[in-house]
Amino acid sequence: MPVSNIEERAKKAREKKAVYGIDLNLDSYESEAKSYGIIDEAEDLPEDVKKAALDVGVKLDNQTSGAYVQMDQTPVHTKSLFEGVEVLDTRTALKRYDNLQDYMWKLVAPDADKYVADVAQSLPAGYFVRAKKGMKTVFPVKSCLYLGSTNLNQRVHNIIIAEEGSELHIITGCTTPAHVQRGLHIGVSEFFIKKGAHVSFTMIHSWGKDVDVRPRTGIIIEEGGSLSNNYICLKPVKTLQMFPTATLAGVGAVASFNTVIYSSTGNIDFGSNIILAAPETSAESISRVVSVGGEVIARGRMTGKVPGARAHLECVGLLLSEKGRIYSIPELDGQSKDLDMSHEAAVGRISEEELEYLMARGLTQEQATSVIVRGFLDVEIKGLPEELKQQIKNITQREDLKGA
Amino acid sequence: MLEIKDLFVSIGAKMVLRNVNLRIGSGETHVLFGPNGTGKTTLLNAIAGIPRYIVESGNIIFKGEDITQMTMDERARLGIGMAFQRPPALRGLKLKDLIKIINPNADTVSILNKMDFQQFGDREVNRGFSGGEVKRSEMVQLLAQQPGFVMLDEPDSGVDLENIKLIGEAINQLTQKNIRPKQRTKSGIIITHFGHILEYTKTDRAHVMLDGSIVCSGNPSEILDQIKKSGYEGCVACLCPT
Ligand SMILES: Nc1ncnc2c1ncn2[C@@H]1O[C@H](COP(=O)(O)OP(=O)(O)OP(=O)(O)O)[C@@H](O)[C@H]1O
Ligand SMILES: [Mg+2]
Repeated sequence: MPVSNIEERAKKAREKKAVYGIDLNLDSYESEAKSYGIIDEAEDLPEDVKKAALDVGVKLDNQTSGAYVQMDQTPVHTKSLFEGVEVLDTRTALKRYDNLQDYMWKLVAPDADKYVADVAQSLPAGYFVRAKKGMKTVFPVKSCLYLGSTNLNQRVHNIIIAEEGSELHIITGCTTPAHVQRGLHIGVSEFFIKKGAHVSFTMIHSWGKDVDVRPRTGIIIEEGGSLSNNYICLKPVKTLQMFPTATLAGVGAVASFNTVIYSSTGNIDFGSNIILAAPETSAESISRVVSVGGEVIARGRMTGKVPGARAHLECVGLLLSEKGRIYSIPELDGQSKDLDMSHEAAVGRISEEELEYLMARGLTQEQATSVIVRGFLDVEIKGLPEELKQQIKNITQREDLKGA
Repeated sequence: MLEIKDLFVSIGAKMVLRNVNLRIGSGETHVLFGPNGTGKTTLLNAIAGIPRYIVESGNIIFKGEDITQMTMDERARLGIGMAFQRPPALRGLKLKDLIKIINPNADTVSILNKMDFQQFGDREVNRGFSGGEVKRSEMVQLLAQQPGFVMLDEPDSGVDLENIKLIGEAINQLTQKNIRPKQRTKSGIIITHFGHILEYTKTDRAHVMLDGSIVCSGNPSEILDQIKKSGYEGCVACLCPT
């Protein structure tokens, strides 16, 4: 799409509200970000950034195939550490590859809503990750998006391309330090998963309780390709709304979404929108929500367009306080014969029987609740390298997650 | 060790236990017989302190202390342990992790070995366990907890002949059957229908519960034989005529 055309469309969508989520006034955030110098070595990153990154599972060690760290709007650290994986900041990538224009805005419309439009009208930061044809590594690309200034509107545009037959793992931690009072993060991500490529994308959010978050994600998976998408948000956020769309476009494409949310305040409106558009495709979306407060809307939409598609949607919520609300909206849209689509949704309280069982062994009510909550959040995620599995486990099994 | 005095317990709107009196001395293991639905589990649950089991009147005294108003976990920490008749499954919690939570100093490997349960350490507690496996899972947890007073609700139901022996050995360990009766300080109570477990562990006294009350007490094998011969009521009529 020509650049001018994109800007034009974006401009028209300047006031366009998102379909879901609480509407935000974009003018109430700062657009100008202070800039930071480039940091060549990961160990030279500021201590608080390193620590924040670790908290969201991003450990820039020698088991890393590529690294990307963005502070506010500046890509301060970008590195490819494995010959099969290229990591650039999006701006540099656009300069280097003319044909990247063919990818940009292909899966997320620049005028989808005002948040996307806002990104489309600004200079993009964000990462470009490309796994080269046939290249495989279990070492993840690790990225950290750090929102370090109060009131900033942090805009990100990521492009991920997994070429034919590649294997790519990405972990992205998004975080704000405690001193950031308020802020907005808009992250546009477009995933191109080509024939036979296997991708895992793990995103861990740890925002402040006055931060608004609007990820906008489009995914296409070609023949025989697969995506394991994992999202974890256990820290308070003011509002978060996302509804990533994945299209299974090639025969036998597979997508699996796992979401783990612990809500204490604010409004979280999340879900996935999966379109099964080719034969023998299968999709699974599993979410676990624990609420001690705040409102969570758990969506899930699966659209089966061709015979033989299989889809399963599962949302289980645990309400630990009358202050919380979990509203589950599973949608199955079958548009063909011979589909196998199902969903399962349950929202409930902690089982008395399980609590009593643990208390009979000497655990206090609080300890027992915390053990049950952690067990509930411990989702078994397939297709992830051991290290990432362990990271997810460390984060979802934190001791400080408990009842109201 | 444990003394139940004039205990009335209700669940929902139903008065299940009516005037239960029971005394289990230090170092003793007792047996509780009774037909289905008579209130045996209710009695153990009331002793454990499950809140749904409401003590309408009477007292539960443990080691000289009135525990009737205590919470479950307080009672557990005082040394009361229970193997549930039908325990729940715990999602996302591995048995070996639960053992460490129950007792950080527990020797997990040897406990699992003892119950021939090695391969279950990494399984989620009771999830998908067979009927007999659930019973061994209960014993594993009690071996970690090491209660001073152990309540076993049908530890032999659904258990095969080889595993019943293991469970018997675990009960013997929990109730100190390896030392002389006079030196024992730990006590227990076992609910059983067919008495299979009694072939593997020695008990001191048996009680028959009918309709929420203990109506007969005596020698365990004598009572079991009589129940087999003439049923619960027949047994009571014969051994404990009023
Ligand atoms: N929540 C409840 N509401 C009403 N009645 C209940 C409730 N729970 C248990 N009961 C009743 O209390 C009675 C005693 O139950 P309990 O489980 O103590 O029997 P039991 O002697 O252990 O029987 P079994 O040998 O079958 O295990 C039963 O009639 C049972 O149906
Ligand atoms: Mg019973």
